[in-house]
Amino acid sequence: MKHTSKLADIALLIGFAIVVALGPIIFTPIGAGYPDLLQKFAIYGIFAIGFNILFGLTGYLSFGHAAFLGVGSYAAVWSFKLLSMDLLPAVAMSVVLAGVLALAIGFVSLRRSGIYFSILTLAFAQMCYNMAYSVLTPITNGETGLRVLRQDPRYLDAAIGYVSPTPSLFGMQITGWTGFYICGAVLVAAFGLSIAIFRSPFGMTLRAIKSNQNRMGYTGYSTRPYLLSAFVISGMFAGLAGALLAATDPLAGAERMQWTASGEVVLMTILGGAGTLLGPVLGTGIIKYFENIFSAYNEAQLKAMFTFVPDGLREPVVKTLSLFVGEGWQLTLGLLFMAVVIFLPGGVMEGINRLIGLKHTPKVRSLGDSPQRDGLGEMVIEEMPTHDRTAEIEKNAAEQQARATAP
Amino acid sequence: MDAIVLQILNGLDKGGAYALIALGLTLAFGTLGVVNFAHGALFMLGAFCAVVFNKLLTLEIVKIDPTRTTPWGSPLEIKTPYVQAMLGDWGKVLIDYSVPVSILLAIPVMLLIGILIERGLIRFFYKRPHADQILVTFGLAIVLQEIVKHFFGANPIAQSAPALFSGSLQITEAIVYPYWRIVYLCFSLVVIGAVFAFLQLTTFGMVVRAGMQDRETVGLLGINIERRFTIVFGLAAIVAGLAGVMYTPIVPPDYHMGMDFLVLSFVVVVVGGMGSLPGAVLAGFLLGILQSFASMNEIKGLLPGIDQIIIYLVAVVVLLVRPRGLLGRKGVMES
Repeated sequence: MKHTSKLADIALLIGFAIVVALGPIIFTPIGAGYPDLLQKFAIYGIFAIGFNILFGLTGYLSFGHAAFLGVGSYAAVWSFKLLSMDLLPAVAMSVVLAGVLALAIGFVSLRRSGIYFSILTLAFAQMCYNMAYSVLTPITNGETGLRVLRQDPRYLDAAIGYVSPTPSLFGMQITGWTGFYICGAVLVAAFGLSIAIFRSPFGMTLRAIKSNQNRMGYTGYSTRPYLLSAFVISGMFAGLAGALLAATDPLAGAERMQWTASGEVVLMTILGGAGTLLGPVLGTGIIKYFENIFSAYNEAQLKAMFTFVPDGLREPVVKTLSLFVGEGWQLTLGLLFMAVVIFLPGGVMEGINRLIGLKHTPKVRSLGDSPQRDGLGEMVIEEMPTHDRTAEIEKNAAEQQARATAP
Repeated sequence: MDAIVLQILNGLDKGGAYALIALGLTLAFGTLGVVNFAHGALFMLGAFCAVVFNKLLTLEIVKIDPTRTTPWGSPLEIKTPYVQAMLGDWGKVLIDYSVPVSILLAIPVMLLIGILIERGLIRFFYKRPHADQILVTFGLAIVLQEIVKHFFGANPIAQSAPALFSGSLQITEAIVYPYWRIVYLCFSLVVIGAVFAFLQLTTFGMVVRAGMQDRETVGLLGINIERRFTIVFGLAAIVAGLAGVMYTPIVPPDYHMGMDFLVLSFVVVVVGGMGSLPGAVLAGFLLGILQSFASMNEIKGLLPGIDQIIIYLVAVVVLLVRPRGLLGRKGVMES
């Protein structure tokens, strides 16, 4: 086993923090340097990091993670309504509630693995989604969505005399650049936590479960508590993301819990590279960026872009391209999804590693057996040293020949 | 009593749809071992075969009749569909029956689509884990859905049942049952029967069943099992497509109808037992009826919201109590 130094991890974390801090400058050239979008990057990044702790480390594919995001949102809005406009109680409530829900769902779902686990989580998420629309309407406000009102009681605020018209953190508004930096700070913290989990014995156990659960059983490990902890942790990350989402836009709706939302976080994670540290954040950035750019285009803009194409050709070119932009962004997303699963199961991180030709990155053949790589694509478990057999064979052949020709 | 009979009847046609989709899904799973998340999209494509067929039939010739005018004073336009112009009264009947007749279009189209998907995409995923299969077919489902949305728009396109079947059957005073639902139930039973007969009574079906039991041995006997499984995948696509075609008069098709059905039919397959065909049919009807009962007012009053979650609840209980599903075979997808 290769020892990854603490120093490298700290450097990675600091580097990550610097990139987040310089986000506005770095992303301006590609037209993403405004707070709303960057905030979205950060929030969904947290969501994906959490999902990666479950899927990337244990290989258990949950198709119901959006439920935790949704529950987190609802909890945060209720906290804004009843307790305080401050972010802290909201986050605490969301994380705890999402954790409790994850504990309940995970306890049941983790009794099965493989596709059954996926379907069980999907069933639970659909159950939450349907209930949010029907029975739980008094709590969720159904289709209209739950919103913060001026005349809500806010007992904590009333007690200490804290007044804030919108969600805030110690009086700082969670909009604009302050909002981005608050979310960014949380993202960096979440990233640091995920490094810690990846490196801990706990994380190593989870990887071992992924590579061979039976053998873990034989060595005397009871795997379920580990899996359940991973599930709850990743659910709490989702709850945290939900709380931040509710803070930036204090309106919680059930559509955040729909299973397409769960599919999106899966896509973000595998696009970046499941099981890598940076992958999920990268994947989130790519998807949210393209969603923003692509869905903004329309046919007229395309026509303006393709004025250099001859007249006869321009019409068909614009027509075909318009399939993929604007309303058709989902189509691009679907194609991207397929392309990643087919050609690059290791995600963008694997692509980068292959491009710069880092050693010890064997080709990832499937999402399931993706080797254990860490942050920058280094293999944690080293490959068997590959002998250069050809030289040996040639040498043997030469010796034999020499022997044959010798008297 | 009436209410119970009515709920059973209501459940039967819904159950028919679930059973058909789950049958196709489990057929693909039992033979190819592939978890196909795009199966709902195949159902949707079938429904849109009916829409396309109807559109083709109702292409019109517009003639201007100078002798008559509209109330606004402009010359009256007389629109006659081509089919009617060519075939006379037969054309009219054909348009009226466009939904059932579009089965003839749907069968070859769905077979072709099924084989294309299997040969073009899914066969590269046999050796990869189920997570990969789920994700790639999920992507495919999004793509198919968006293509349909691009051509047909996001709004549901209503299709009408033939005039003969558009009424309702008055069984007793309280029980009113639309004719088309009876047709759908019978149709689903016929299709299910046909699939089982095909698998049980033909040589082809026998080979396929043998392949489901032990693929390797069948291969060693010199039979090209791959090709047969491809055709079985096409068959699964046809079954899903037909379920979609006949469902159009009940619920107007839109581009995401497949996704709504997919989650449910997966639950049905799991409850019935992965890879078990009778299990899928049984569970389909069972869950359909259960759902109908749960949406009765009496039960909703007792347990509010139960109609929304009953199916998932049943799935969770079944998976935990009988991990193999109702009729699941030993050794299929056990982990």
